[in-house]
Amino acid sequence: MSLTVFAMTGATLVGLGVYGLLARVHMLRRIMAFNLIGSGLFLFFGAAGARGAALDPIPQALIITGIVVALAASALAVGLVVALARSSGTACLPDEAGDT
Amino acid sequence: MTALISGLVLPLLAALAAIALPARARLPVALLGVGLTLAASIWLAISVWTNGAITVSLGGWQPPIGIALRADGLGAALGVMTALVMAAVALAARHEMEPLVAGPRTSFGFWPLMLLLWAALNAVFVSRDLFNLYVGLELITLTAVALVAISGKAEAIAAALRYLLFALAGSLLYLAGVVLSYAAHGTLDISLLAARTAVPGDALALGLMTAGLLVKTALFPFHVWLPPAHSAAPAPASAMLSALVPKASLLILLRLWFEAMPELATPVALFTLAGLGALAVIWGGVLALLQARLKLIVAYSTVAQLGYIFLVFPLAGGDGAAQPWAAGAWTGAMFQMLGHGLAKAAMFLAAGIYIAAVGSDRLSDVRGLARALPMTGFAFALASITLLGLPPSAGFTAKYLLMTGAFASGQWAWAFVLVGGGLLAAAYLYRPLTAIFAREIAVTPRPIPWGWQAVPLVLAMLSVALGLLSSVPFDFLQIGRPDQAAEGL
Amino acid sequence: MSLVLDIALCALILGVGLATVAGHGVFRAVIFFITYGLLLAIGWARLGAYDVALAEAAISAGLTGVLLLAAHGRLRRLSAAEEAPLRRNLPAALIATGVALALGWAWFALPDPAAPDLTAALPQSGVGNPVTAVLLNFRAWDTLLEAIILLAALIGLWMLARDRAWNEPLGLQYHARAGGVMASFGRVLPPIGLIFGVYLVWAGAETTGGAFQGGTVLAAVCLVSLMAGVLPAPRIAQTAWRAALVFGPGVFLLSGVAGAIFAQGFLALPPALAKPAIVTIEAALTLSIAVTLVLLVIGPPDDGGQDA
Repeated sequence: MSLTVFAMTGATLVGLGVYGLLARVHMLRRIMAFNLIGSGLFLFFGAAGARGAALDPIPQALIITGIVVALAASALAVGLVVALARSSGTACLPDEAGDT
Repeated sequence: MTALISGLVLPLLAALAAIALPARARLPVALLGVGLTLAASIWLAISVWTNGAITVSLGGWQPPIGIALRADGLGAALGVMTALVMAAVALAARHEMEPLVAGPRTSFGFWPLMLLLWAALNAVFVSRDLFNLYVGLELITLTAVALVAISGKAEAIAAALRYLLFALAGSLLYLAGVVLSYAAHGTLDISLLAARTAVPGDALALGLMTAGLLVKTALFPFHVWLPPAHSAAPAPASAMLSALVPKASLLILLRLWFEAMPELATPVALFTLAGLGALAVIWGGVLALLQARLKLIVAYSTVAQLGYIFLVFPLAGGDGAAQPWAAGAWTGAMFQMLGHGLAKAAMFLAAGIYIAAVGSDRLSDVRGLARALPMTGFAFALASITLLGLPPSAGFTAKYLLMTGAFASGQWAWAFVLVGGGLLAAAYLYRPLTAIFAREIAVTPRPIPWGWQAVPLVLAMLSVALGLLSSVPFDFLQIGRPDQAAEGL
Repeated sequence: MSLVLDIALCALILGVGLATVAGHGVFRAVIFFITYGLLLAIGWARLGAYDVALAEAAISAGLTGVLLLAAHGRLRRLSAAEEAPLRRNLPAALIATGVALALGWAWFALPDPAAPDLTAALPQSGVGNPVTAVLLNFRAWDTLLEAIILLAALIGLWMLARDRAWNEPLGLQYHARAGGVMASFGRVLPPIGLIFGVYLVWAGAETTGGAFQGGTVLAAVCLVSLMAGVLPAPRIAQTAWRAALVFGPGVFLLSGVAGAIFAQGFLALPPALAKPAIVTIEAALTLSIAVTLVLLVIGPPDDGGQDA
């Protein structure tokens, strides 16, 4: 039962992240939204891997790899946002700077 | 096995050395890495040709515990195409990424990024593990985005950020599908998944993975990130990004729909994929017509040219896989992947020569350059023959095989796409070709070493040779192909 | 009782997640994001996945949080930290709901769990912690590529420096007052952190811990020392720093090649040698991961000026 709670939380977090990605235009917000989607997926995955008699170590290892990959992508994205702000004075993409 | 592993280890080792070694050793070690990896890729193709598909379980652990790698005809052929493009890129970058020309920052970063991208592409071409493919795709994404941003210009930074946004969204969609299929089947291996007991969630998993890979392949309507990114990068980087990077995600799509879950390939799904491909052919072609810069024309043409490959889904997928025309249609699409790679790299490298010569790639500035730089003009024209699908190029072989499949299967509507796309390509390539071959020179070019000029010409000639000598690559691509029961027409 | 606890924890995670997306102000969103990561780490501990809990807290909450905070500071200096308030966006809400519902449906449609049987393989892996066995032995190729990805991200990040700043020290410069809190903090914390980080790597073979978690702790130590001025700011031109970056992936790669020459194949570890080999690879990886993470957080060389 607890596993279902964690899995549903994971699914909802993915939804929250998707909303943030689509509705927010400040790029730091979008980077956080990506991380929310990723961690929601991982929570779902972790709950799925805990259903058997013993905890399956493979999802755990994949999740740790995924967390590190997400950090690498976030670091490059953050660098690009700062570089964008330096050259254009905004942390939003050119055609979206006027929107919400 | 040694050849397969060498193609992964050598570019990684060369990249690590290029990062750590002092500046004066960087170019020699990078070029050494390029030469050795090229040799390893050709060696792998020769071993696949003589021994059939090669399978390796890494660390001695069989799936589902470990990761399996498998080099089939398609993977090895893409490996050789990649190696040829990379070698050409390296020869051009020797001039364009020279520290005195490009500055210490760019000349430091280009070589490790290029070698890491190459290693990641080779890893994706042979991996049989869905999560390992995810890791490979992420390495491709980060290196490709960095290569877009490397010029440091404001529009390049914005294009790189937009590219990263789309690519990460694609990665997460793909990852969601991977998570669902492991949760359901306890394996990530493509061959084991093919033998799984199907469950209702499989369609969702395949749909999510497919959506993510379509974003990464820049299929219409997910193509908006591609032209600005590919045209903002320096020419050698554009050549890799356009010729090679979309092929990696496209290959995974083929592995999923033809090998892992072929029974989910319903006519509606296959029609949708090809329909989007057809729209990409038309929309990419129309937008290419409207561009005033050579690199943007070539970049929009990538959107169109990738579209053709998606015709493989209804012509050789699903129930059609067992039909006599499937082998031909499938191989035609693979010829398009290989031929487009060689021709597109040639075009971007030619554009790089023009930018080095006259400082711009506007059509008004490259006017008449064929007189001053005849080899480059000839290279662009030869590469155009492949994009147009005229005989005897690889593009012709591709379209001929796809066309035969379309008529044989009674799906003649796709033949209109092939013909219409060819006419559009003629229209959008007419302008750059008439500009380059104009009688009067607009801007007097700086001299370009002939060794550099020869690079795109060799690539363009290879794209034609692939069509001329198509029977050997045709047989090679059949090695390890799924549904091999059927003979070609 | 434990179900009530889990429901409360999940409600808290969702609330903080919502605040990260919908709350006012980018800075507050970052703070919520860090809190979110820490709560999620508790969730992982509740699921019994202690290695993931450690990674989530150290990497997702800690390092990503520091990255975002540092970026926010720089954006504020460039007056790009402000954003328009969130307006209701119906299409986005529909898509988000659809995605969440689809995943929710998939959970209930899952067949009985089918995890691969590792009982025969684990004793051959050389380590007692099954997660470490998967990361460093069964799926070592993933882990090797993952270390390479971190390195690729760093090279990519450096490409965002301005050409005129290329030879400057990395990052914006911090100035700690002599005898101030930061300076004394910077002298006391590193030895403790160092011991903890090394312990995590060593323990990872048998219980919770590992190269990435230990590397993160070492990175934190190194960052504090840099901020306190105990360590001089690194430069790209310094060969020692670049050698430290490639050392771990290089050792990993070469040990894989040694497996191809002397054992059953690429990345193969003979059971008798597996334990010492894994500990060696992890030690080398930890050093490189720590250095890579430090350099990822402090960012490319920056002279602080604005573009024309």
